[in-house]
Amino acid sequence: MNLNLKIWRQKDATSKGQMVDYPLKGVEEDMSFLEMLDVLNEQLINKGEEPIEFDHDCREGICGTCSMQINGQPHGPDRLVTVCQLHMRSFADGDTIVIEPFRASAFPVIKDLIVDRVAFDRIQQAGGFVSVNTSGNTLDANAIPIGKDIADTAFNSATCIGCGACVAACKNASAMLFTSAKVSQFALLPQGQVEATERVQNMVRQMDLEGFGNCTNTGACEVECPKGISLENIARMNREYLSATVKG
Amino acid sequence: MGILDSKVPSGPLADKWTNHKNHIDLVNPANKRNIDIIVVGTGLAGGSAAATLAELGYNVKTFCYQDSPRRAHSIAAQGGVNAAKNYQGDGDSVYRLFYDTVKGGDYRSRESNVYRLAEVSTNIIDQCVAQGVPFAREYGGLLDNRSFGGVLVSRTFYAKGQTGQQLLLGAYAAMNRQIHRGKIKSHTRHEMLDLVKVDGKARGIIARNLVTGEIERHSAHAVVLATGGYGNLFFLSTYAMGCNVMAAWRAHRRGAFFANPCFTQIHPTCIPVSGDHQSKLTLMSESLRNDGRIWVPKRLEDAKAIQEGKLKPIQLKEEDRDYYLERRYPAFGNLVPRDVASRAAKERCDAGFGVNKTGEAVYLDFASAIMRYGKEKALTSGMKDADAKTIRELGEKVVEAKYGNLFQMYEKIVDQNPYKTPMMIYPAVHYTMGGLWVDYNLQTTIPGCYSAGEANFSDHGANRLGASALMQGLADGYFVLPYTIGDYLSDDIRTGAISTETAEFDEAEKHVRDRIEKLMGGKGEHSVDYYHKKLGKIMWNKCGMSRNAKELQEAIDEIAALRADFWENVRIPGSADTKNQELEKAGRVADFLELGELFAKDALTRNESCGGHFREEYQTAEGEALRDDENFKFVSAWEYKGEPKDAVLHKEELKYENIELKTRSYK
Repeated sequence: MNLNLKIWRQKDATSKGQMVDYPLKGVEEDMSFLEMLDVLNEQLINKGEEPIEFDHDCREGICGTCSMQINGQPHGPDRLVTVCQLHMRSFADGDTIVIEPFRASAFPVIKDLIVDRVAFDRIQQAGGFVSVNTSGNTLDANAIPIGKDIADTAFNSATCIGCGACVAACKNASAMLFTSAKVSQFALLPQGQVEATERVQNMVRQMDLEGFGNCTNTGACEVECPKGISLENIARMNREYLSATVKG
Repeated sequence: MGILDSKVPSGPLADKWTNHKNHIDLVNPANKRNIDIIVVGTGLAGGSAAATLAELGYNVKTFCYQDSPRRAHSIAAQGGVNAAKNYQGDGDSVYRLFYDTVKGGDYRSRESNVYRLAEVSTNIIDQCVAQGVPFAREYGGLLDNRSFGGVLVSRTFYAKGQTGQQLLLGAYAAMNRQIHRGKIKSHTRHEMLDLVKVDGKARGIIARNLVTGEIERHSAHAVVLATGGYGNLFFLSTYAMGCNVMAAWRAHRRGAFFANPCFTQIHPTCIPVSGDHQSKLTLMSESLRNDGRIWVPKRLEDAKAIQEGKLKPIQLKEEDRDYYLERRYPAFGNLVPRDVASRAAKERCDAGFGVNKTGEAVYLDFASAIMRYGKEKALTSGMKDADAKTIRELGEKVVEAKYGNLFQMYEKIVDQNPYKTPMMIYPAVHYTMGGLWVDYNLQTTIPGCYSAGEANFSDHGANRLGASALMQGLADGYFVLPYTIGDYLSDDIRTGAISTETAEFDEAEKHVRDRIEKLMGGKGEHSVDYYHKKLGKIMWNKCGMSRNAKELQEAIDEIAALRADFWENVRIPGSADTKNQELEKAGRVADFLELGELFAKDALTRNESCGGHFREEYQTAEGEALRDDENFKFVSAWEYKGEPKDAVLHKEELKYENIELKTRSYK
């Protein structure tokens, strides 16, 4: 198939960016979206031009590195996939495809389609852990039975890959889904409950400091999340936060 | 010989580690505050080491090329992590895990290291549960297990098909706790370009800030390299696109010996290549072999019809299918170790029985598992005479609960529904058992330079068993390095901060700058990928699943020629003082072009077949690997001497005092 690509080019964090047209021929439907960009980049390099820089690494949908807005949607049109798992069979010959970086003031552009998501790391550093030393001298792993339903729900929250699609999808650029997924995982498990109060307060405080917007319950984050992280996490975090505030 | 001292403690095998820990030197907490440690790589090994060292009180600096430590490729490990907990009561023990690992590695690993690995494996599970890692559980609330290839017990702990992700996020969380305390300084989007030695000891690194292009100096009292494996040498592999050998190779050039480079694991269950545009391969977890049955058509004409799209697999009758693993290896069947399964698939495909367009694929079929689970579910749900359709539906639900995310991933990539038609799989490069040579303390041949996880060679011999990579990464990082590195650093309590304003740092930085300049100065004929793909083809065709002397020699010559061409003609647009992904790739490929030649040389030197290293000249009449314990029961440790062709071989003889060497049989 032949495509008309419109791609955001930006030299560095301080330069002004712009959309540039790239017609691309001979795209095969078995290609992944990123392999399609590889083909374009190879052509640009052979012409002596600078290739389009984009974040990507595992290319199997688990590392959370790839991040782009395709025709206005984070990770493109398919549900429950990252860009690296999106295949060209989801597009048709003659399509115009608009490719931009994730847009959020807390995610500044580094170059072309690459954004800086260090703010996410700082939210995790503020409290996304259980304060247990890695000595190996802990309880036996089976000392505390955990109901399968609870373990499975905690697991589902823990599958967040930290890609930032939730922020990019949100009109307020809120990071509630991301933050609440970690808060929920630990709030559900006995190991995490001990310091639940402090954790939720610290992580929410950091989230606000980073300049992410507020949550107005539009639910776009859940729709665009490649891992299907549920809005229930946000509800649980709100409950946790409220109870932490009451406890003081 | 003396040059390779493995420093294995004396005494009975089961007591070595405890005795060693009891007798090594410790650093007191006040002195730890004055000691800096650099950890390069933040996967399971690096992340866990960094967290633990910081927790002990050392000042840790971490480096990773990714934008966050959480993205290291450990995250993609699917199946699970082994531990000798014997929760299932099926006869598991530390000894059995040790024995299985040594046997699985085809008797080319160091007994003492493997025993220690098995010994600390149980701590890993305790530790991870304490950190809030959500492992799979049974209805009674206790941890669930499953079995993996090459073993007869159920000792694998898992979190659906995302065990690596959950363990890595656990280590990342432990790191975050220390970053929060100011004990770890995390440098993301940074790449180590050289190791700095002062008075023969590793004292720092030169790194490039990948965003600004700045070349930075970082000093420390010890350097830990936990930078993963080098499978991207083959261009197509299940590794992440950025995985590379640069840190290990730079250390090698500075004097760290490189061990067993030719020991590569080619994983049997990956999604087959779809075309020339392919940039990477996707693994389907080995856990699928618990329930999937591997087959190809019995008759060539059926295989041909399938290849041409005229026949569908589900149309082929049971008696017309060749379940070749069950046929050849009745005891282990579909759960033979990875090297055996991969070679068997290649053998069938080479004989013309492959099942996709290119003839390079075999089936992994869940139909019988779906019916088996369906029947059980029907019975336990009180449906005594459910029809086949209902049983099938029930069975599909059970399979979905076990492997749902893997099936979904397969369908996204291949556009076929694996519940209804068998999956197609083919072997792909997945793991490298070779790596930096380390002694019992995980120290390389450079004092103060340590290596952990996949980056070292130590535990898996010539073949790694499933669910052992996660185990080794965390064992090294949480439970081994923190002890052994303290022993070394106890001599450094009066050293004080290491200055970066020294002749050694000047020299290393100049070396790095010259190299970048040389890369940028290529005449510009071809892209980096052009060379990387060419190298990958040579490696796959001549140094892949089966090797012979003639082709290995050809590979050596071709790689040397390709390397010369690369340095002359590579084209890197843009500049070096800014974000430049092509420059990053070029630096990595330049190292692969050296390692590739050493790899082929190592394979050519090893005149035997063992584990993942299969030399066509050395096989039994039935086509099984023929090991030569008399002449090759050693670790090859290569010393850098300039060109790869000049590398000097040192041998660490392997002693088996607790395990009797046997021909590995899974029949």
